[in-house]
Amino acid sequence: MSISTWSPERQALKEAAAEFTRREIQPHLDDWEDAGELPRDLHRAAAKQGLLGVGYPEEAGGQGGDLLDGCAMQEGFMEAGASGGLMASLFTHGIALPHLIAHGSTDLVDRYARPTLAGELIGSLAVTEPGGGSDVAGITTRAVRDGDHFVINGSKTFITSGVRADFVTTAVRTGEAGHGGLSLIVVDKDTPGFTVTRPLRKMGWHASDTAELSYVDVRVPAGNLIGAENQAFYYIAEQFVVERIFLALMGYGHAKRALTLAAQYCRERETFGKPLNRNQVVRAKLVEMHRQVEVARTYTLDVATRHVAGESVIAEACLAKQTAVETAVDVTNEAVQLFGGAGYMHGTEVERHYRDARLLPIGGGATEVLTDLAARLLGYSA
Amino acid sequence: MQRTIFDADHDAFRDTVRNFLEKSVVPHHEQWEADGIVPRELWLEAGELGLLGFMMPEEYGGGGVNDFRYNAVLQEELTRIGASGVGFALHTDLVSGYLLSYANEEQKQRWLPGFCSGEIITAIAMTEPGAGSDLQGLTTTARLDGDHYVVNGSKTFISNGINADLVIVVVKTDVSAGAAGTSLLVVERGMEGFDRGRNLDKIGLKAQDTAELFFNDVRVPKENLLGQEGQGFIYLMEKLPQERLTLGVVAAAACRTVIDMTVEYVKERQAFGRPISTFQNTRFTLAELETEQRIAQVWVDRCITELNAGTLTIDDAAAGKWWTTELQKKTVDACLQLHGGYGYMTEYPIAKAYLDTRIQTIYGGTTEIMKEIVGRTMGL
Repeated sequence: MSISTWSPERQALKEAAAEFTRREIQPHLDDWEDAGELPRDLHRAAAKQGLLGVGYPEEAGGQGGDLLDGCAMQEGFMEAGASGGLMASLFTHGIALPHLIAHGSTDLVDRYARPTLAGELIGSLAVTEPGGGSDVAGITTRAVRDGDHFVINGSKTFITSGVRADFVTTAVRTGEAGHGGLSLIVVDKDTPGFTVTRPLRKMGWHASDTAELSYVDVRVPAGNLIGAENQAFYYIAEQFVVERIFLALMGYGHAKRALTLAAQYCRERETFGKPLNRNQVVRAKLVEMHRQVEVARTYTLDVATRHVAGESVIAEACLAKQTAVETAVDVTNEAVQLFGGAGYMHGTEVERHYRDARLLPIGGGATEVLTDLAARLLGYSA
Repeated sequence: MQRTIFDADHDAFRDTVRNFLEKSVVPHHEQWEADGIVPRELWLEAGELGLLGFMMPEEYGGGGVNDFRYNAVLQEELTRIGASGVGFALHTDLVSGYLLSYANEEQKQRWLPGFCSGEIITAIAMTEPGAGSDLQGLTTTARLDGDHYVVNGSKTFISNGINADLVIVVVKTDVSAGAAGTSLLVVERGMEGFDRGRNLDKIGLKAQDTAELFFNDVRVPKENLLGQEGQGFIYLMEKLPQERLTLGVVAAAACRTVIDMTVEYVKERQAFGRPISTFQNTRFTLAELETEQRIAQVWVDRCITELNAGTLTIDDAAAGKWWTTELQKKTVDACLQLHGGYGYMTEYPIAKAYLDTRIQTIYGGTTEIMKEIVGRTMGL
């Protein structure tokens, strides 16, 4: 069976996610995009539907299942027209929790992972800094041990769900310079000295709150350290594979949805006395969009399957992300073009996908940086 | 490569424009983006400085210099500061041409003084909800009834649509005659049955008012017919090259602006312990964009010279329009990428440029239509 054909169980999960999207999300999505954030009730509703904990172990409050279950589910959301910002914010725990569940204490799992997967808490992950971008090893936010606390000073930016987050899994420097001196510490929102400096306004991802965070002498109990001190670079790198696979899914998800909308429009829209798809060039555009989606989807799911099987696919995840996000940018661009003037208007769904897609070659590792990483891993570096 | 089309007078005009924009536009544009519209006072101020009517004869209050290089200077300076909401181009580059060529003496006396002073803001309405670049498929009708035309129909995506006092409306005066039944009729603010829809919200061009226009039994005096009845399609074919050249002027200027801005950014921005300008990928990307901008600029400048000489062909204008605007899209995209996460934040000019740019390959005739035109002139 083809790698891109889901088992009946996963197909059912995908359809449940699509149905949830049509019922609970579509009627309100424009309002949430305008408001710049999601309501907390949506997290509870998704948890109740059994969608929030897919891919997380039952011992941590999840539904069980693996990465491929998560992939099938995400396809359901995207094909039913979810926005990039919605996916990023509703599933921020996808980047905030994995290190905590894999390496954190039982106490941390009980206090943060369980309530988050139940939709009661919102978590976020803070890695990027104003001066740093995709350069994780260059992190400068410092945590200094003081008795049974860490004292954190520094700032973070572009933090997804950072405005609403009840806790922030924060990457800090506890040791030497470079990648060997980093740790992850969970910071509660109401800890003195921790502030959301401001929400950031973005080109797309409007339903997702994105923040700049400031840490001034923030005292956090030593028990909030995830796993071992100075090991965070490896924890983060390990999870980056999964994050990139999900961003790849989001990429071809935007593209597939935009293609569906554009194909329908080209069937219905008449210019010069005939439907648009009576033009050879229009048909060729649609087929090219379809080709890109198929290639991106098949490759991404192949890399995901290999990851689940235990293979190291760090370089392949970079390549899958690039393939799928370039597909997203190209296909949403062509969809806007096929919609003509209407494609430039707010309220036309392809317009939203166009704006949302542009983040993907930057967020979760800029393509240029990931390409350099892949060059090293694949033996092409000097 | 040094540009050679301008002389000292154009440079002086550029200084005037630049000073005006720095003083009267730069401090307010963000507010206008929030408002979705530019205040009328800006038009009056620009009119006072002679920026709106320089191409019109002096006897109507104009500057008497019909030289497209001045139009280019105005658009380049607006583009340089990212003032995408200031819709002067519709007025100075599009409507001006129709009024100069096809308005009769009585019409010129009625409209041109206000056109030059900024008291009359203008627009042109071609596109309809059911027909984008397809001008032959228009359905707005004007039926002659005594000494009036009765206009019915609707138009959409009309730039300056909210502010406009005078709108050149493309209508069918003979529904059975195809292209030969097309006429240009001037509809003015306040005419009964002429209504505006909401100010449309767009991906970009946030400060530019764009509206739907509705015509419900609007009685327009025959005296408002522009040129001859049934000649509208020919007039459009004559003037569209000028509109398309304007978009090329903006494209080349936008490339110049975002490249300059990005060169500054990559020299300052550090990643992995060094400025990102020192990465080979950055140099190659910017070198390619710079090369193509120079080529685009030479093409655009040559087209300006041809337009002034009356020799700019429809296919050269179409070729330049699609190529320069596609280049603009590619350039802005690559420059945004070099800005990383900051490029996605709307407070950065590059993010705004990205959103503003997307319409360039759609309005004024889509890239696909431009290629049809070029293909046809090749005998294909």
